[in-house]
Amino acid sequence: MAQEIDLSQFHSIFFEECSEGIEAMESGLLKLGEGETDTEMINTIFRAAHSIKGGAGTFGFNDISEFTHGMETMLDEMREGRRSVTKHAITLLLESVDCLKELVLCSKDNKEVDSAAIANLKQQLASLPAEGSEPDTDTSSDTEAKGQTAYAGWCVSFHPYENLFYSGNDPLRMLRELHGLGELEVQVDTSRLPDFSELDPEKCYLGWEMLLKGDANHEQVNEVFAWVEGDCKLEIKAKPDRREQRDRRADEDRMGTFGRRQSDRESLGGQEATTIRVSIDKVDELINLVGELVITQSILSQACMDLEHEHAEKLSESLEHLVRNIHDLQENTMNIRMLPIDFAFRRLPRIVRDLSHTLEKKVELKFSGQSTELDKTVLEKIGDPLVHLVRNSLDHGIEMPEQRRAKGKDETGVINVNAYHQGGNIIIEVIDDGAGLDRDKIFEKAMEKGLVAEGKKLSLAQSQDLIFQPGFSTAVTVSDVSGRGVGMDVVSRNITDLGGTVEVVSEPGQGSTFTIRLPLTLAILEGQMVRVGGKIYILPLLSIVESLQIKEGQVNEVAGKAEFFQYREEYLPIIRLHEVFNIETEKTNLDQGLLIIIDTGAKRVGLFVEEIVGQQQVVIKSLKKNFRQVQGLAGATILGDGSVALIIDVPGLVQSHSGHITEQEAIETGSVLHKE
Amino acid sequence: MASILLVDDSASMREMVSFTLIEAGHEVKETEDGVEALQFAKEQSVDLVITDVNMPNMDGITLTRELRKVTEYKFTPILILSTETGSDKKKQGKDAGATGWIEKPFDPDSLLTTVNRVL
Repeated sequence: MAQEIDLSQFHSIFFEECSEGIEAMESGLLKLGEGETDTEMINTIFRAAHSIKGGAGTFGFNDISEFTHGMETMLDEMREGRRSVTKHAITLLLESVDCLKELVLCSKDNKEVDSAAIANLKQQLASLPAEGSEPDTDTSSDTEAKGQTAYAGWCVSFHPYENLFYSGNDPLRMLRELHGLGELEVQVDTSRLPDFSELDPEKCYLGWEMLLKGDANHEQVNEVFAWVEGDCKLEIKAKPDRREQRDRRADEDRMGTFGRRQSDRESLGGQEATTIRVSIDKVDELINLVGELVITQSILSQACMDLEHEHAEKLSESLEHLVRNIHDLQENTMNIRMLPIDFAFRRLPRIVRDLSHTLEKKVELKFSGQSTELDKTVLEKIGDPLVHLVRNSLDHGIEMPEQRRAKGKDETGVINVNAYHQGGNIIIEVIDDGAGLDRDKIFEKAMEKGLVAEGKKLSLAQSQDLIFQPGFSTAVTVSDVSGRGVGMDVVSRNITDLGGTVEVVSEPGQGSTFTIRLPLTLAILEGQMVRVGGKIYILPLLSIVESLQIKEGQVNEVAGKAEFFQYREEYLPIIRLHEVFNIETEKTNLDQGLLIIIDTGAKRVGLFVEEIVGQQQVVIKSLKKNFRQVQGLAGATILGDGSVALIIDVPGLVQSHSGHITEQEAIETGSVLHKE
Repeated sequence: MASILLVDDSASMREMVSFTLIEAGHEVKETEDGVEALQFAKEQSVDLVITDVNMPNMDGITLTRELRKVTEYKFTPILILSTETGSDKKKQGKDAGATGWIEKPFDPDSLLTTVNRVL
């Protein structure tokens, strides 16, 4: 039974809980740091520490349990007002939270922990002076150690007070347990038993004088009565030498009159918990199945259209119902994976607090739309780029307090982080009221790095886009804050990988607004179907800027290497889809088809296709399982007629087909052509 | 085989305790805090209540005191899950009407042993 229970099965849920607890502690501590000293907040932090400690002890993570104990003690003193909430104490607790995070991580991965750092913090926690702090009273859990020499037996005099039953205790249990320790002789004291008419069945009137034989020790006997201490008159004495057995009137039937509690009551049921935890794999499987269902449904609809009218009418009617139901089903299934973006936002206050401290800047972080929901996968991947954007705003955007004052601004800068839904997308904005982007500085830097040609005029949008280029950083000194110019291009790439875009709008002196646009989910794609030869390909709708027809004359060929065409003020390289995928087609001339302008976030290109067919929501099926990852393809999907269409991975495609043409060359070529 | 009302805000503790109890053949109703537990108690009775002490909304001590006011729960054994090493919480629990306590940390064996004491 119990021996077989393997505690490790609860570990993952425990770790999950730890991170939740740690987050709660962190955000709570940060709020305290801002001067809120409400007891409820301290209580919340305390509870989080307390549960982690309890769980850790139970699941055998003694490091965690011991470490959390120190924090818990301190928090306990705070909530009971025995310790004041000082800045120093909060910093120490925050450091401890970091350490705890590390500990949990190490325990999770079975890794060695940095015991020196832990010991150091533990020491600090323990030694931080507080008025009237008292050491934890130690309980005697070491039952064995205190075991006394066994006696021949114990005389137990047990006289419960009348109210014993009100604590849910049953004297019968004590008798049973004593009996379990050895041979037991029982004598009942009925002297307090009133007349039947006055008897209150809720009161306990009996007492017992018992003799326990055998080698049970004092602790064991005490333990039996541990819960009723204070509810009875109790005397436990070692058996006197020569007192002989009393007559056996240990009447079982009288013990029976206490009436055993009915333990086989009606079974529980009916109500269920408001939330359940389900592994993400199960949800993904469900989503996948719903995806299959969508495909089957569209095949059915197609087949129905081919039927004779009279047969089809009823069928198409029911099919319409099915379509609606499946649509709802799909939406609801997707919703299971949706989490509020708050999970990603929660990391920010801590980072801003630490960073503003290091940089000696004053800043206020404001949120809106924390409850905006998005897919868990997207949510997990957006955390880092978001952190980077906020760090960037704080490091490069917000000015030093004296600079701000000189400009007539409030000393304290403001960073707003907003989230909201727009169409099928989620928009996340990071807005600061700092210095804004310095166009001249950006241009200078870009020239220095060889990202633009000298003398080239850049539009406002173009120069702002430069900051997303690899290797670009205008920070005068390399700080460990915003990194070494690996920041913004990584942000841009991560977001592009998620099928999203990031752009910046900036007003010098007024601040900058970074806008991230992301699809709500990665499982379904709003697709634009395009035809090349006899094949259908799918382009993510989000990556398309526009489609246009061009004439031969608008295209310039550069050294036989590549084709460019002028699109507004830019020169874009042209990629012919039929060449990429080696498709036989007669329509190879650019004026025979369409040019679709696609934007990867970092770069725009013109993609030549024969025609555009229609738009459709498609369920993405991975190719990795059955084939291998193919460059330029994001996956496949099944169309309404049952045929398979490949989904184009726009960034991948652009990357693999522009290897030999650099951005710089493109710009240079553009300017050369322009002059001609 | 008994019906047990389990009250704990920690999902891992709930999972572990209820798993152990269910393995042992009991029926377990899980609730996340005192308010939820009390709500349930007003509708159904059980053979045993196991409650954590520190919980949001309503803690285990208050819950115990409130449960004792519910007729069906007047004599129901209530065990308190306690990490408090000091006897303070135990005393408070007892004063509120708790039957006894289960000291954290515990393993499934000791949990069952304790539970069997009152069932």
